[in-house]
Amino acid sequence: MHKNNSPYRWRLWFLCALLAFAFLCIAWRVVTLTLFEHTFLQKQGDARSSRFVAIPAHRGMILDRNNEPLAISTPVSSVWINPKEFNTHDPKFAQLIPILSLDRTTLFPKLADKHREFLYLKRQISPAMANEAKALHLPGLHFQEEFRRYYPESEALAQLLGTTNIDDQGQEGLELAYNSWLEGTTGLKHVTKDRLGQIIDEYETVREPKPGQSIQLSIDRRIQYVAYHALQQGVEKFHAEAGSVVILDPQNGEVLAMTNYPSFNPNVRAPSDAEHRNRAITDVFEPGSTIKAFTVVNALNSGKYHANSQIETSPGWMIVAGKQVKDVHNKGLLNLTDILKYSSNVGITKIALSLPPNSLWNLLHNLGFGQLTDLQLPGERTGSLENHFIWHPFTLATLSFGYGMDSTALQLAQAYNVIASGGVKRPLSLFRTDTPPPGKRIIDPRSAQALITMMEAVVDKTGTAPLAKVPGYTTSGKTSTARCVGKAGYLKHNYNSSFVGIIPAEQPRLLIAVVLYNLSGTPYYGGYTAGPIFADIAGQTLHLLAVPPTQEMT
Amino acid sequence: MSILNFPTLWSKARKKGSPYVTIWELLHLDLILVFALSLLLVVGLIILYSAANQEVVVLNRQILRLALAWLVLFVCAQIPPQRYLFWAPYFFAVSLGLLIAVLLLGHIGKGAKRWLDVGFIRIQPSELLKISLPMMLAYYFHDKSLPPRLGNVIVAFLIIFIPAGLIAKQPDLGTALLITGSGLAVLVFAGLSWRWLVGALVSVVCIAPLMWHFMHTYQRERILTFLNPERDPLGSGYHIIQSKIALGSGGLFGKGWLQGTQSHLQFLPEHATDFIFAVCGEEFGLVGTLILISINLLIVGRALYISMQASDTFSRLLAGGLTLTFFISFFVNTGMVTGLLPVVGIPLPLVSYGGTSMVTLMAGLGIVMSIATRRKLIAA
Repeated sequence: MHKNNSPYRWRLWFLCALLAFAFLCIAWRVVTLTLFEHTFLQKQGDARSSRFVAIPAHRGMILDRNNEPLAISTPVSSVWINPKEFNTHDPKFAQLIPILSLDRTTLFPKLADKHREFLYLKRQISPAMANEAKALHLPGLHFQEEFRRYYPESEALAQLLGTTNIDDQGQEGLELAYNSWLEGTTGLKHVTKDRLGQIIDEYETVREPKPGQSIQLSIDRRIQYVAYHALQQGVEKFHAEAGSVVILDPQNGEVLAMTNYPSFNPNVRAPSDAEHRNRAITDVFEPGSTIKAFTVVNALNSGKYHANSQIETSPGWMIVAGKQVKDVHNKGLLNLTDILKYSSNVGITKIALSLPPNSLWNLLHNLGFGQLTDLQLPGERTGSLENHFIWHPFTLATLSFGYGMDSTALQLAQAYNVIASGGVKRPLSLFRTDTPPPGKRIIDPRSAQALITMMEAVVDKTGTAPLAKVPGYTTSGKTSTARCVGKAGYLKHNYNSSFVGIIPAEQPRLLIAVVLYNLSGTPYYGGYTAGPIFADIAGQTLHLLAVPPTQEMT
Repeated sequence: MSILNFPTLWSKARKKGSPYVTIWELLHLDLILVFALSLLLVVGLIILYSAANQEVVVLNRQILRLALAWLVLFVCAQIPPQRYLFWAPYFFAVSLGLLIAVLLLGHIGKGAKRWLDVGFIRIQPSELLKISLPMMLAYYFHDKSLPPRLGNVIVAFLIIFIPAGLIAKQPDLGTALLITGSGLAVLVFAGLSWRWLVGALVSVVCIAPLMWHFMHTYQRERILTFLNPERDPLGSGYHIIQSKIALGSGGLFGKGWLQGTQSHLQFLPEHATDFIFAVCGEEFGLVGTLILISINLLIVGRALYISMQASDTFSRLLAGGLTLTFFISFFVNTGMVTGLLPVVGIPLPLVSYGGTSMVTLMAGLGIVMSIATRRKLIAA
């Protein structure tokens, strides 16, 4: 055979060597990848398929002072599909539509979008509904376990509690303020996911979810309910834009109720609007005549005045630094009690001007006006209480009957609470406290007690607020009817009216502040609008708390 | 070589010059090739079962194609080399004609004109050329003086580059490179002088920028991403990155059969077809891929040995060309999957899912077997 002496034989060998070399190249390349770059590429592979997924943690409850639930999380399921892979022609899908009560017109265009790889069919359905859907065994239907927040008190406590978003994070109110305490720690599990993000396999739970902690409020669910419904009726009856009620316990500074109307249903998810505002802490207004009580206290503190000090108020008006201060009626010679009873501007101005100019501001500042309270709620406003190096007589006069300053309903309640507690200011608290926190004495106890007694006259038949009298209980309080401020000064027919009451006067159990914003109908006087709302709330609450009557029923 | 030619030794050991032939010679089959092919096909089916996500339907269709491929191999092995010699120019002319036809009225498949619909069957003429081109070259050189003269080499280049150009225009760069490679290999087998080889190499380097100019955008993209896969990790580079991850994460022994995450979780694209080698690497590791490479080395080595043993020029050149076709298919595919070469769509011989190239390669090996079992008759 010629192959043995072929002149091209070396050439074939060379070709063989070339091929062998090529095989070696491939082999070497595989060795490099599988041995030398193995760790790196292994990680890259895991990074594509191995994931850590959060396990939702149970959000802590919010309880009232009697352990009644105010906000609770219940387990729910969300149903999702991958439209790219989901078969909408499956007959089981037709069965699913009524179970989840899906809307064909909005859903089907989304299903047809084959670029989508994730679509929620329905979020947060009840476990029963989820079980019904699961029983269909529809391929490509995925369930995601979640928690949904439920608020049994609904509108009554909506603004104070606030809301969570769909991902269980606090957005407003206490849910936001105490989110880190309530939310707990989500767990973590190690899973394998495919390119489309579906969980293929669960390896292990890396970290168990740690449920959030509950908080117990000082709020009494029943009092809150009473306050909300009385306020609702009042706001509707007197054509106010809105209203707020704050109820405090004078013994320890706890907030027993804080409610606003109009409100919203926190169980229905809706965009935040004016109704979400906790007006009791966010809306400021000129308090008006309710401040007169503090001017009187200031007078008693000074030692220059006592309850029977006589002040001439005729002819029902006076001129202070060229500007007029006037009363509704000319009542002539009045003592301090009468000044409060008839809410005389002239009388209170005369008192204020006779005292050191700074003393009234100091008292109001110490009572907490112009500063945030201790509640630390999101959105709270400070109001304003301006200090002056040199007090202009008219500025001092207007401050003495509550103009030229701004306050929230909560601040007003806090200041009156100092009176109700006998002159001691304790930090306000939304949480139940077993021992009253130490307070700071601001007012002489005799002055405070004297003021409470004087204010009992306000609810007399001839006082400014006869309708605020609670039958069977000695009622003490003060009205206010202040003009609303518009774009160009005070408005003629719009009023912010309020009534702050202390009851029972002998040994105060409740401090109730009722504020109606922007009243435009008649009646608008605080004593005839906020007053009866106060009486309604106070009467029901005292019965709830089983407080024995202090007076004969008349 | 002692292992590669053991059946010959075995037959010689009986009686030298005896007219007695073994059963294999009677069936015109080569024992070693049949053994290696069977091994490769079994291994291939095991990998494919996993790569196709355990779809029995896919496996059944592949087995059906395998049966057809074996039949083609057997038929091709029965035809003596003289018959191939006689039919070579006609076969070449017909396949070239079909190639032109496909360009004129070809069916559009996967964005490229590669198919020709002739009623009952769809023909891919570029596949026919994998066989008819080396055959034509072998025919052309069989009665020429070797080493070939300049004129003959120029004619040979025409025979190679006309069909290669037409295929590249389809566009099917992979197959064009494949038949060019096997055609040039025939020239080397024919004894092309070193000066020509070096000259050809230099001209390729010179032509490369010119080719770049004529390339389709997607072909350029592939070359650019081959040079730097991270350039486009979500687009063209995605294939290479995912397949390197699949191979590399397999390690020494692999993740185990059916356990590959890259392929089963759909990260590795084309895992049942062009990138099946990566599935093998991920699930069977370095050991598995080396076994797969060894089987292919055995097939190529044995076929090359048969070509070297061939008694006449036509058989020698034809067997050599067909062997190189098989080799280049394997090398380009594994090079692509391991990131050595750019991504060109060439399936892994006899393992990747898909019929046409499998039948062509088996037909080529059938012809090699025909040559292997008839050298004595011609020599006599």
